[in-house]
Amino acid sequence: MSEIAASPHRPALESWLRDPLPWAFLLLLALVFGMPALKPVFAFLFPGQERPLYEQDSFWSLTLAHLWLVGVSSSISVIIGVAAGIFVTRPAGREFRPLIETIVATGQTFPPVAVLAVAVPLLGFGPAPALIALALYGLLPVTEATVAGLESVPEAACEAARGLGFGHLGRLLRVELPLAAPVVIAGIRTSVIINIGTAAIASTVGAKTLGLPIIIGLSGFNTAYVLQGALIVGTLAVVIDLAFERLGGFISRWKRG
Amino acid sequence: MQPLLASDTDVAPERGYLRNRVLLVLVLIALAGGFGLSFLTHAPNRLISGRPVAWSAILADGRFLCLLPGLALLIGPFLRQIRTNHILIALIGAAFAALLFWLAGDAASRLADPASTSARTSFGGAFWVIEAITALAIADALQRAGFGPATRIGISLILVVPIALVLVSGSADQLSIMKEYATRRDVFGAAVVTHIQIVAMTLVPTLLIGVPLGILAFRRPSLRGPLFAVLNIIQTIPSIALFGLLIAPLAGLVATFPVLSQFGISGIGVAPAVIALTLYSLLPIVRNTSAGLEQVPGAVIDAASGMGLTPSQIFRSVEIPLALPVFLAGLRVTIVQAVGLTAVAALIGAGGLGAIIFQGLGSSALDLVLLGVVPLIALAVIVDASLKLVISILKGRAA
Repeated sequence: MSEIAASPHRPALESWLRDPLPWAFLLLLALVFGMPALKPVFAFLFPGQERPLYEQDSFWSLTLAHLWLVGVSSSISVIIGVAAGIFVTRPAGREFRPLIETIVATGQTFPPVAVLAVAVPLLGFGPAPALIALALYGLLPVTEATVAGLESVPEAACEAARGLGFGHLGRLLRVELPLAAPVVIAGIRTSVIINIGTAAIASTVGAKTLGLPIIIGLSGFNTAYVLQGALIVGTLAVVIDLAFERLGGFISRWKRG
Repeated sequence: MQPLLASDTDVAPERGYLRNRVLLVLVLIALAGGFGLSFLTHAPNRLISGRPVAWSAILADGRFLCLLPGLALLIGPFLRQIRTNHILIALIGAAFAALLFWLAGDAASRLADPASTSARTSFGGAFWVIEAITALAIADALQRAGFGPATRIGISLILVVPIALVLVSGSADQLSIMKEYATRRDVFGAAVVTHIQIVAMTLVPTLLIGVPLGILAFRRPSLRGPLFAVLNIIQTIPSIALFGLLIAPLAGLVATFPVLSQFGISGIGVAPAVIALTLYSLLPIVRNTSAGLEQVPGAVIDAASGMGLTPSQIFRSVEIPLALPVFLAGLRVTIVQAVGLTAVAALIGAGGLGAIIFQGLGSSALDLVLLGVVPLIALAVIVDASLKLVISILKGRAA
């Protein structure tokens, strides 16, 4: 589908209209800013509800808080995860690779909600345990993907770079990492998407995110709140996933071209 | 023995006296955790946050002997990298893990005040750090010993036995998490059963829909793009949002057709949980069913049809067996994911271990949180390990 849309013979406007990303993004903006305008709709759908619209916080501030939590934790995950992946694929760190692989494989069988819940006894309530739990859990897919990406770089490419006189660092930065980039981006995508979902649950441990209207709605039997939070956080996740898909596409094309 | 030696020199270059840098790093982290964090905390009741219990109190009256296996692990990095030593390290590690657990339970019993049952002794950071590091040291040793994945899983199961013995013997009963268990024995048992039931109930529709969809995707490659795009979008939606989105439509459905409520369907509870979990489970099952069939070599199918097998015979006796390991890998991802997501489903009233976790979080009863989290992780790890075991046995047979 996307390849047809991207072919140069089609008018630019038409291919733009076929692209889901701008539409999903517009829907997200409409939901975040236009939810108050839908109050009569929710009042109609849930006639028994005295408060059919979540108004304790603006959806805009909740979205920003959600994105901040995911952005900071994912940045930590990416920095440490990529560094760990590079370390265990260098001669100096190769000995640690089985250990890192064991941690990554076992850690990913742990449910994200379990990691979130055990962070609380250790660090207390609020955004700090959520941030650390998200960063720790997000590390695993990034590390896994970095190792897989660097391992998939053909030996011939490294040999050629060595022949051209690249040192270790030059080879890593100008040959290995660019060639591994699509796989690494895929790992970051998985990590960020998991974190968006876990950040929503983090509202149960006192972090202010888009999960808050859902949690308050569930505990107060207010389905309208639940629906409002769920629609926005679901759309947000889809938009970010589509954006990552686009980024991965760009990088693959750039790599080939 | 030959390949074992080769892989040993490949993985662990032996320089000077230090022969296992991985174990050295692990041991150093454990030491830092042991000195920097508290092993146990004690509080007069559950509402007050605990004070650290001194090591001197925990190790009183010769109990410091329990730390001897830990000293043996300290020597580990300098031992010759031969199979016997690796096995020895794994055994000592298992003994150490169990002894630490016993020490914690023993200290809790001595701290317990017979006059008051509200005193709480909980695990501290050092306990978790040292236990986790010991588990990693055992995993590292088993890997270095050159055992295959199936053997490693088997040995790991045996190595858990000492910890289970401490648990069964009642030595740990005065620990806070076990006290939480004692006061909720029935609720806990019911939660475990409900949790497993929800996962099992999810597998039925998942397999009934997912396997045919996967076969269809394999037969019609043009379907794959749109089908996987839709399943991927579902997978993207946060679990709590999908559970939430199902409440209103299901409640509306029951309001329109009240007869549905007789089948236990309602906006909250098990019904939306199973529907949402099935939607999440479809992607790994469909993808791996299709991928498993795709990776069957064309030459094998040609050979089978050359032998006169009909297409349906080929499907049953060639394609299905060869696709099975990949399919089972998808099933493993599905069940592990479902075990975790079922915990979130407690938020919409589905019950299970998540109910205990969220009840604990809600009342700041941290050992109650652990009472939910520890079996939840154990369940996920057991499912993961047993399916990995089956897959590696199947692959071994095929090879």
